[in-house]
Amino acid sequence: MMKKISFQDLPRLFREISETQTLIAPIEKCGQVNFGVWTPDSTLRLDALKTVKSAKGAFFPQVEDIVHFRMKDKTIDIHPAEVLTEDFVIFGVRACDARSFELLDRVFLADPVDPFYAARRKHGTVVTLACNQPEETCFCTNFGIDAADPCGDVTAWMDRDTLYLRANTEKGEALISRLENGEEAPVEDLKKSIGEILKKLPLNDLNLTGFDGDHLMEKFNDPKWEELARGCLGCGTCTFVCPTCQCYDVRDFDAGENGIQRYRCWDSCMFSDFTLMAHGTNRPTQTERFRQRFMHKLVYFPAKNEGLYSCVGCGRCLEKCPQSIHIVNVIKSLGVKEDD
Amino acid sequence: MQEMIVNRLRELLASGDYAGVIGWSKGETPFDRTPGLFTEKDLDRLCYDSFCGSNLSKYLIANAKDKKVIALLKPCDCYSFNQMCTEHRIQRENVYVIGVGCKGKIDGEKIRNGGIKGITGVSEEGDLLKIETLYGEKEISRKDVLLDKCLSCKGKEHKCADEVIGESEDTSVGNKYELVEKLDAMTPEERFEFWRGELSKCIRCNACRNACPACSCIKCVFDNPKSGVENKAAADDFEENLFHIIRAYHVAGRCTDCGECSRACPQGIPLHLLNRKIIKDINELYGDYQAGEEIGQRHPLTDFTFEDDEPSVVERRGGGK
Amino acid sequence: MTDNIIPMLGVVTDIRTDTPDIKTFRVEAVGGGKCFEHKPGQCAMLSIPGVGEAMFSITSSPTVAGYQEFAIKKCGCVTEWLHHMDVGQQITIRGPYGKPFPVDDELRNKDLLFIAGGVGLAPLHSVINYVLDNRSDYGKVDIVYGSRSKEDLLDLPEIQSVWADPKSGMNVHLTIDREQEGWDGHVGFVPNFVKELDFDPSRTVLVCGPPIMIKFVLEALTELGFEKTQIYTTMELRMKCGVGKCGRCNIGDKYVCKDGPVFRFDELDELPAEY
Repeated sequence: MMKKISFQDLPRLFREISETQTLIAPIEKCGQVNFGVWTPDSTLRLDALKTVKSAKGAFFPQVEDIVHFRMKDKTIDIHPAEVLTEDFVIFGVRACDARSFELLDRVFLADPVDPFYAARRKHGTVVTLACNQPEETCFCTNFGIDAADPCGDVTAWMDRDTLYLRANTEKGEALISRLENGEEAPVEDLKKSIGEILKKLPLNDLNLTGFDGDHLMEKFNDPKWEELARGCLGCGTCTFVCPTCQCYDVRDFDAGENGIQRYRCWDSCMFSDFTLMAHGTNRPTQTERFRQRFMHKLVYFPAKNEGLYSCVGCGRCLEKCPQSIHIVNVIKSLGVKEDD
Repeated sequence: MQEMIVNRLRELLASGDYAGVIGWSKGETPFDRTPGLFTEKDLDRLCYDSFCGSNLSKYLIANAKDKKVIALLKPCDCYSFNQMCTEHRIQRENVYVIGVGCKGKIDGEKIRNGGIKGITGVSEEGDLLKIETLYGEKEISRKDVLLDKCLSCKGKEHKCADEVIGESEDTSVGNKYELVEKLDAMTPEERFEFWRGELSKCIRCNACRNACPACSCIKCVFDNPKSGVENKAAADDFEENLFHIIRAYHVAGRCTDCGECSRACPQGIPLHLLNRKIIKDINELYGDYQAGEEIGQRHPLTDFTFEDDEPSVVERRGGGK
Repeated sequence: MTDNIIPMLGVVTDIRTDTPDIKTFRVEAVGGGKCFEHKPGQCAMLSIPGVGEAMFSITSSPTVAGYQEFAIKKCGCVTEWLHHMDVGQQITIRGPYGKPFPVDDELRNKDLLFIAGGVGLAPLHSVINYVLDNRSDYGKVDIVYGSRSKEDLLDLPEIQSVWADPKSGMNVHLTIDREQEGWDGHVGFVPNFVKELDFDPSRTVLVCGPPIMIKFVLEALTELGFEKTQIYTTMELRMKCGVGKCGRCNIGDKYVCKDGPVFRFDELDELPAEY
């Protein structure tokens, strides 16, 4: 059943939700829009197509405590961090980011299940938002994602002054059931107009033929990696804005008074110490590290997950890499050319 | 200008003296300009236009180590180049510098942030940018979307060029210390609030550091597991602030104000203001100094003269209270 | 529920100095007994909070009751700390992780050949003792083990008194890299020794040691007519989570901590050589 609420009444809805649950939404802070906890003072930016960081942080935060140790003489006390037990809502997730949750599930919900991630997934309600104005950097269409009708517990559409919402799950139903009933027609019109723009996106027809487990060694040994990686600064921008990158590091922090806080944080295979051991690293050059990131997304992940790519075409890396080196370059350069 | 550059490069590369050219190539979006090392056979991919804003001088550390290369440097890039030569990071004789003309470079992000979406093409007509988008044609004035660093342009002279191709323009507008002065005028609480807000956006991607020509340590202290401060993500606010402040101090006196840090930052943190504050203080304490003006300079923080201000200057000026 | 990434407590109840840079640590649960059950070739994450956490092979056989042992070479922060601690120290432990050697499947009833170099004996140690405790399940057993010097041979007392005992039904072939006073055994590198011993290529091989040794052992075995499908090894890479998620030990479509560390050489052929 379609529901609706006017933009004017949206703050009221947000206040209601935030009285009982944490509400996460795209919020502008110091000129940039990122997902953050909504409060009545927040600058809500549902119009912003791409938050700088993706929405993955709602389920897989950049930093999270996992265990606290107390050390005394030869003894250690272990206090595991508590998993989330309270419900929350993440509002305004775009179709690409919504798909990324399914990809993260493949990793964190695979045996053995990651307890921290699983608790967040269980308690989180995802409200997605159709993309009225996709950008030239968007290429989600290549991965079977429909930006006109994204998945999630609730799907929302923005039409002039009204937000239309449709519940897709029981969780979603519980969140919006009290809203006024809405018409289907405006949403159908929106879907149609978005669909028209999606057809015109310049990066629609990426040829992903050959990016699979069967061509693993062929892709790995491609001589083009060196040229592709030459300008790479080895920073972690692409990794940290990416909705599907999920590698992490585990670190200890001296919390004082014999306390040690063990936390995990996002890590990047682009960093020189990613695989560093006492006797060296197995990927000493940036070319090797660069190759690892893209091989993982385009070959290793699909080889392990029935052909599913670990890219959702959000295009953040296209916009944010300081040297304009990104996955589209890699796909076009290493992929099968039409005339091959 | 691109054609002139490519023709000249063809001549130079034909001599066989150089392993290649450090320059840019076009990418997928109208703004993508990717650095690369170009040889004779892939010169037709080389591009030089209004979107080549990145400073490629740092690539010479790795690419001119054991071979001779040609570098395309804009007037502002020359300062970084000279500074790295001074620090023996680059061997001057291994690089043939072609100074390329620059009339200010365009910031794609500024166009996007200005509300123009779905950009599929950009063409220049004088000061006007004609922008093709998925949502129709738009126009915008070129000078409204120049990179921030161009607004504090250091002038049109190439300080290290072996030859120059093309005309340059000084695109500076107003007082480059305007924002620093505004921050100086704030109360400490207001200033803290400003920087907390900005620095709390930091995602510790290290793009600022890796793009910075002054950050040329072979192994950064923040990447060294034995340093005790190695970190991927800040464990608390203190670390979030300190990473950038430590970095600013480490490049103090050596920072040429090239602006790569702010250009590279995915979160739009105006990191260059930290460096510019230090530059302003150095200038006020020790007289005007521009890092990278020429090779072999000694910067005021590593040089001593009897006229230097004593550290007590901080107190005299009312600091430290 | 949080047991796969939250460690449990272990107590170090015995420390043996094996070689100048290798010590064996016995770990029990607080209050005695094993921290968990494991299979030969599996690993565990040991940690001293504040210093770090690292993955180690479990050296003791699952047939040993009451404790687990780890032979650890001093080479980095964590190992340095472990080498300096005293008996009674608590550490954290989690595991077991990884795929074991197929002792109950492919290796059963086979003639076995173990080849190890240096601290590379540690992961095989568990298998050898498991085989010894279930001797009738396996055919002929030969062990080729080499190290830099006599002092660097790990577990020499046990090798000489138990493995080399005729009652064990196993043959032990020791070698050291260079001539040394007080050593009347074989001198030379392991790969050449393997060739000299001229094993029948029907054996199933388990090999572990420095990468360079493994490379030449593989060549030697190929020369003797062995196929890659009969040779197993175990890999060591940077690991953090131990459960195939953090991405550190990812090579090709495999995670060494979960899909390995034990691999057959024909499986390795299908992976990028980033190890």
